[in-house]
Amino acid sequence: MSTTTSGLVQGYEVVIGFETHTQLTTQSKLFSRASTSFGAEPNTNASAVDFALPGALPVMNKGAVQRAIEFGLAVNGHIAESSVFARKNYFYPDLPKGYQISQFEIPVVQGGAVEFFLDGEKKTVRLVRAHLEEDAGKSLHEDFADMTGIDLNRAGTPLLEIVTEPDMRSTAEAVAYARELHKIVTWIGICDGNMQEGSFRCDANVSVRKPGEPLGTRREIKNLNSFKFMQQAMDYEVRWQIEQLEDGHTIQQATVLFDPDTGETRAMRSKEDAADYRYFPDPDLPPLMIGRDWVEKVKLAMPKLPQKLAESFVEKYGLSAYDAAQLTQNPEFAKYFQALVDLTGEAKACANWMLGELTAYLNRTGLPVDDIEIPGPVYMAATIKRVLDGTVNANVGKTIFFEFLVKVRKTRSELFELAQVVTEIDKFIELHDLRQINDSSELEKIIDDVLAANAKNVEEIRAGNTKAMNALVGQAMKATKGKANPAQVNELLKKKIG
Amino acid sequence: MNAMSTNLDLHDLGVFDLAAKLAAGQVSSVEVTQHFLNRVKSEQLGAFLATDADVSLAQAKAADVRLAAGERTPLLGVPLAHKDVFVTRDFATTAGSNMLANYRSPFDATVVSKLAQAGMVSLGKLNCDEFAMGSGNENSAYFPAKNPWDTSRIPGGSSGGSAAAVAARLIPAATGTDTGGSIRQPASLTGITGIKPTYGRCSRYGMVAFASSLDQAGPMARSALDCALLLSAMAGPDLDRDSTSLDMPAVDYATDLIAASLSRHGDSAQKHPLKGLKIGLPKQFFGAGCAPDVLLAVRSALAEYEKLGAMLVEVDLPLTELSIPVYYVIAPAEASSNLSRFDGVRYGHRAANYTDLTDMYKKSRSEGFGDEATRRIMIGAYVLSHGYYDAYYLKAQKIRRLIAQDFQKAFTQCDIIAGPVSPTVAWKIGDKKADPVANYLADIYTLSSSLAGLPGMSVPAGFGEGGMPVGLQLIGNYFKEAQLLGAAHQFQMATDWHLRKPEGSV
Amino acid sequence: MALTTQDIARVANLARLELRPDETERVLGQLNGFFKLVAQMEAVNTDGVEPLAHPAAILGEVALRLRDDTPNEPNQRDASQRSAPAVERGLFLVPKVIE
Repeated sequence: MSTTTSGLVQGYEVVIGFETHTQLTTQSKLFSRASTSFGAEPNTNASAVDFALPGALPVMNKGAVQRAIEFGLAVNGHIAESSVFARKNYFYPDLPKGYQISQFEIPVVQGGAVEFFLDGEKKTVRLVRAHLEEDAGKSLHEDFADMTGIDLNRAGTPLLEIVTEPDMRSTAEAVAYARELHKIVTWIGICDGNMQEGSFRCDANVSVRKPGEPLGTRREIKNLNSFKFMQQAMDYEVRWQIEQLEDGHTIQQATVLFDPDTGETRAMRSKEDAADYRYFPDPDLPPLMIGRDWVEKVKLAMPKLPQKLAESFVEKYGLSAYDAAQLTQNPEFAKYFQALVDLTGEAKACANWMLGELTAYLNRTGLPVDDIEIPGPVYMAATIKRVLDGTVNANVGKTIFFEFLVKVRKTRSELFELAQVVTEIDKFIELHDLRQINDSSELEKIIDDVLAANAKNVEEIRAGNTKAMNALVGQAMKATKGKANPAQVNELLKKKIG
Repeated sequence: MNAMSTNLDLHDLGVFDLAAKLAAGQVSSVEVTQHFLNRVKSEQLGAFLATDADVSLAQAKAADVRLAAGERTPLLGVPLAHKDVFVTRDFATTAGSNMLANYRSPFDATVVSKLAQAGMVSLGKLNCDEFAMGSGNENSAYFPAKNPWDTSRIPGGSSGGSAAAVAARLIPAATGTDTGGSIRQPASLTGITGIKPTYGRCSRYGMVAFASSLDQAGPMARSALDCALLLSAMAGPDLDRDSTSLDMPAVDYATDLIAASLSRHGDSAQKHPLKGLKIGLPKQFFGAGCAPDVLLAVRSALAEYEKLGAMLVEVDLPLTELSIPVYYVIAPAEASSNLSRFDGVRYGHRAANYTDLTDMYKKSRSEGFGDEATRRIMIGAYVLSHGYYDAYYLKAQKIRRLIAQDFQKAFTQCDIIAGPVSPTVAWKIGDKKADPVANYLADIYTLSSSLAGLPGMSVPAGFGEGGMPVGLQLIGNYFKEAQLLGAAHQFQMATDWHLRKPEGSV
Repeated sequence: MALTTQDIARVANLARLELRPDETERVLGQLNGFFKLVAQMEAVNTDGVEPLAHPAAILGEVALRLRDDTPNEPNQRDASQRSAPAVERGLFLVPKVIE
């Protein structure tokens, strides 16, 4: 059982719920003005509030609330007019106050849902809530013999914890949910999505049951910070739980960690009396009030979400759902495509160019689409224009875009109008004599020569070997230095061979 | 002990008179500071926990420079000292606890820096009950402070060091904090004047937190006028540092009082300056629970108020008695959480020997906290723990609202509420130490206004058993500090209780 | 309902306090004395009463103040670690934490 897409695993139904800690992209911390920048010297990005010095008090960061509202709108959740910060009390060295400021009874975002496609099937995962809370510091176990070092740079960094209903029925669906959530929070820019640095941490609550039975006991896999490990960990966990039950054991509720080296999950040494956090409203913080006007303002400024944008591409331009999804893989790519279509009015050709040659080029160079090295939409639009009007064939067009224009882009700082670029391209075409040969008399002459030089192939073709045809086309294209119209060449050859 | 002292030593002058002398150039801040430093050095009351003459004199020199430059601000060059729950850069801050022995804060509390900016000179840090938990200053981890009127008695608490030092003329004024009466009760028991403003008037930033929804800073001095001068400098919004600080402009509480002092002379129309003022007397404050000597002093003070033109009306605060359990559920709950940061990891006491992390926590905290702090942490953790939250904490917060609403009803019938501060005069050191609940009961008259977040003050109103001072409590509606101070000032222009000083304190 | 020594042990552990047996007994007695006082609260009818978490709320709505998202705290490590029991290379040291 590698990745179950849905249905039963050895007769068991898999039930998965997610809790995701997304680190918000604020400059300063949730309750202090210390910087949130990553990788600073230990304890240098911490203020009196983050050190929990006597007398220090929390003051709320507006930017974090703003991002919570943006997320709430993105998932169609209810944004609470009034929500309450509570203290979650427990002792741990990376928790300087002895309590974490979180939201308990009344979270800022309530309900909502995340929708995505899995194997062409639309899935909907309902959200229970999303609440603001502060991150803990870091415990460094490696650096010291029998001691642990505490770094509070991360302490107080704003987190939005996003909690789902146990709606996922396969590990593949759970990973797909995580990918879609990741896409949403990075798309609207509330989280940088950097999983290595822990900006997007998932906890998976996994249980299994026989169909129709009540929910089984769940085990929580903590801190899954890569989609690959996520899949492996949940698959292992599902297999393990089924084995336990098959062997007549019962599952004990537990928090487990995934070990990428062994590929196994192991139960954590549970924080003592974790059961009794003694939550109560933080008396240092009055209720968080969010006016409708603020929500409306944020709504107006929100970008169209990938799901919606892709759907509009399908409707407006008749693209396939798959292509539309590819074109909306990130905001910059989608923006490039939209600009390209606006310039050319040829959506299909534009999609093919972006998902074909451009994507290949980006993968090859590892550059993002909005990189200065990549010729912008104007350049690709001009090229496509000349390919579509038959001035050059597709191969030559690609050469122009990826070799000539990349150079132009580098040597010319100023931005061109479409017309200017077309002129540039035309000059280049003339200079290197790259015009497509559309004059059939000229082409026929060349083809006659090719046929004469390859009498053997002609025989084979007549004998019914169509493969030999390609060889002849190749020869003809070669003879025209690639400038012929491949379709036209094919046609003429067929006609002449008869 | 009769009439006011005729010996006009510097230490017999209050804040207002000292400021006037300084402004007139009759004395320098360094002279004044040195004079009080000498008294502090020889003090036998256990009022001070930390002093540093060099730091104080440096501040005095700076004040003299400002005076020489012609600056004339009301507090410039006048000395004071801070309750040791305000963190300070220049002096160690212990909050009266072994947990924080020798703790050095990298910053000053907002109240401390505001008073420094006003030009006041800090003479050091004052003794108090550990983490401001107590009403006798017997819970100080270092030593008890003593009452200058009778050194075998407590000065009250938790701001006991502040009260003792001001009453004994060791300093002209002090800061205090009041969570359930910790400014008003010691002021009452030592015959000085103290005011706890509306919750949120003074920034809590830099106050070692006891109970966040109740803690409030305030001045303690000899007169209402002196308190007004200090409060004007202490109060005001601290929007960047304290989310519970009220966004209301600072108020000048002193000018009207000074005007009243001036207009009083000659003007016969001022015979009834408080005409139209309705003073409400909650019957629950005048019951059998209050000692006769205290009642007698309070009643005669109220008679004085009638002479000044005020009208006395009876009001009802039916839940007064409930304020004790309500307060002693809520305050420890918040305290149990506020004191969790004292874990021996980043500062404060860490046990010498321990087996592992949990053992380090337990030993460090058990060694660092005294009995009362331990008791309140236990109560707080219990009332918040699983299965008890609703019955205790939530229930208490609901009754708290009822108590606050009762006050609003009462204030429809009166402008100010008056009564005793403490049911008895100061008791003997050790008398109540064995019985914490007895201590809690003694807070009955101050807790309800704290729970409601209302301003309240204590005004010297006479003497009771053993010649010990008795204070009159005045409670105002929200933001009515000026009205309280005005009423207290009129009383003090007509009486001299606040000018009495304990023998041997000179 | 009176507390037991088990309650005291449970709460002491929650609060990371260590009480000697004699202390446990004393605290148990004092807390039971205290909770007799607290029992008075049961008599008060609080049906439909909102808890009052912030005194100012009695005058109407209190709202959390929000500050702009602009970092402006200097590095305060040295001053902040001046009173630290154990520090090495800028890190606070504690006994090994096993997860």
